[in-house]
Amino acid sequence: MDRIRKPEALLALGVIALGLLALYETTRIPVSPMYAQVGPTLVAYVASALLIGLGIALLVQSWRGEWTSAPEETEVRLDSRALGWLLLGLVLNIGLIGPLGFIPASVLLFACTARAFGSTRPARDALIGFVFSATAYFGFAQLLGINIGAGLLEGWI
Amino acid sequence: METLSLLADGFAVALQPMNLMWALVGVTLGTAIGVLPGLGPALTIALLLPITFSVPATAAFILFAGIYYGAMYGGSTTSILLNTPGESATIITALEGHKMAKKGRAAAALATAAIGSFVAGTIGTLGLTFVAPPLVEFALRFGPADYFSLMVVAFVAVSAVLGSSVLRGLTALSFGILLGLVGIDLQTGQARFTFGLPELLDGINVIVVAVGLFAVGETLYLASRPKTEATVIRLQGRAGMTKEDWRRSWKPWLRGSFLGFPFGALPAGGAEVPTFVSYFLEKKLSKTPEEFGHGAIEGVAGPEAANNASAAGVLVPMLALGLPTSATAAIMLSAFQSYGINPGPLLLQSQPELVWGLIASLYVGNVMLLLLNLPLAGLWAKILTIPSPWLYGGILVFATIGTYGISQSWVDLVLLYLIGAIGYLMRRFDFPAAPAVIGMILGPFAEQEFRRAMTISAGDLTTFVTRPLSLTLLIIAMLLLVTPLILRARKSA
Repeated sequence: MDRIRKPEALLALGVIALGLLALYETTRIPVSPMYAQVGPTLVAYVASALLIGLGIALLVQSWRGEWTSAPEETEVRLDSRALGWLLLGLVLNIGLIGPLGFIPASVLLFACTARAFGSTRPARDALIGFVFSATAYFGFAQLLGINIGAGLLEGWI
Repeated sequence: METLSLLADGFAVALQPMNLMWALVGVTLGTAIGVLPGLGPALTIALLLPITFSVPATAAFILFAGIYYGAMYGGSTTSILLNTPGESATIITALEGHKMAKKGRAAAALATAAIGSFVAGTIGTLGLTFVAPPLVEFALRFGPADYFSLMVVAFVAVSAVLGSSVLRGLTALSFGILLGLVGIDLQTGQARFTFGLPELLDGINVIVVAVGLFAVGETLYLASRPKTEATVIRLQGRAGMTKEDWRRSWKPWLRGSFLGFPFGALPAGGAEVPTFVSYFLEKKLSKTPEEFGHGAIEGVAGPEAANNASAAGVLVPMLALGLPTSATAAIMLSAFQSYGINPGPLLLQSQPELVWGLIASLYVGNVMLLLLNLPLAGLWAKILTIPSPWLYGGILVFATIGTYGISQSWVDLVLLYLIGAIGYLMRRFDFPAAPAVIGMILGPFAEQEFRRAMTISAGDLTTFVTRPLSLTLLIIAMLLLVTPLILRARKSA
């Protein structure tokens, strides 16, 4: 019972779940009456079956203790505070890039990431983030001719 | 020599001032991102894919190729001064080169890596020049069934042969193939795996997947781990070698180049194996094998050359067959698509200016890289001192630009972070990322060839085993898949 709790087994279950989801979605692909030797579902079935099969094989491997992660993975503690800051930055970015525009959202993302990587001076990080995002926005984006969300700030500059 | 006159035409393209400028931008950018730990050419080229909408194809590919070669040069700087191999192919450089640097021989290690890369890059490009045309002649006889089987070989090679586990490699590949299926099936017009979201009808963009796996996944992984400040060894002055270093380096450079190129050119690509082989070969041939492991210059010169030559080798199947065997090559292949150019054996005939211009620019880029890396080694080493909070903050901001720029939709951002989370898990549990990217890009091509073959054979599956070429390729794929398993079973028995 002890072995099955291992993270490797959970991951293998995740692979199986992904395969099952893919299989379910494949059955919902409408097969058109149009003539085709190979319909749209064949490769989808193959990929789903592969994922399910490989997931089961991985589960067996972890059950038998043949798949273990390197000690440098298992012995370190997960830095959940850092991950928390990072996730906060990502969520803020998704939520604010539409209403506020690219630069303010990026400044927040930059500052939160810097915090996650151990920086303790948020104001300085935000300033650097601002310079960086503004340069990136006006340099990179305009150069490549891609259009990224212009908010109030971008229009004003 | 038809090849030589075509190559001359290629130089005429590559030496145009604008194209020289693109090559210079490419190699400079490539070196910089190669030096930065956590950034690689695959990610950089993916972020720059939107450029394909605004510049001609030749310019874009000269830029991409410069990044590709430049990253190889830059990566060795990081391995030597920081002892963090950016990728599996530079493990050896990190091992031996870092020992040299610790002994105060950083300048010689950097110089032998840079000159060795130049020698190997040039030999590899020569190989590409003369191997690609005959390979194309041969490949023109391929039917869809043969092509499909060749792709199967590539799939198996990149996922089962490389990496530490066949199962995990194949899982990553299957995940990639699944990602490639999302969107409207072009042949039947049916939507697949779109979950009712209109944003997914066009399929998942390569940029989202590459940036998610390589940038967001890597950042999440590094953030989750204890932060240790790595110590960068300071480089005094410029990279340079003594006469003695030259004497000990030139043979390993040549041996490494001739080892690395075929490994890269075969669909079983990957620079990891040749670098290891080169290292042990040099150790065996050395009169002072006891120096190995304590900073032997041959142990940097040989593997570095093997690494670069195999990078050039990867371009052979990419340009001649349309077959990518590394994540970077797969992303370059998707750039062909965005120009509406069909990669494959016809590429050399239909786009001679593009292909030969690209090959010529590789020669030019190598010279630029040598000039950039020897005198400016100290400058590149400075990049290593960027504090990690700002480095990763910057990486995520760039990841957002690249993704949000596609369609200004937050759905793409959600998708980016989801794939980033999967990339984190893949990194944590040691699943290789390259098969996922290759599966996603090559999968649809394989499906297309499969359908063509089935249409020609009127639905008869035996077409794959009755054509001699296709059968041979499928047997090779079988052997590639089964041999490692047998070897492992024997070892444990």
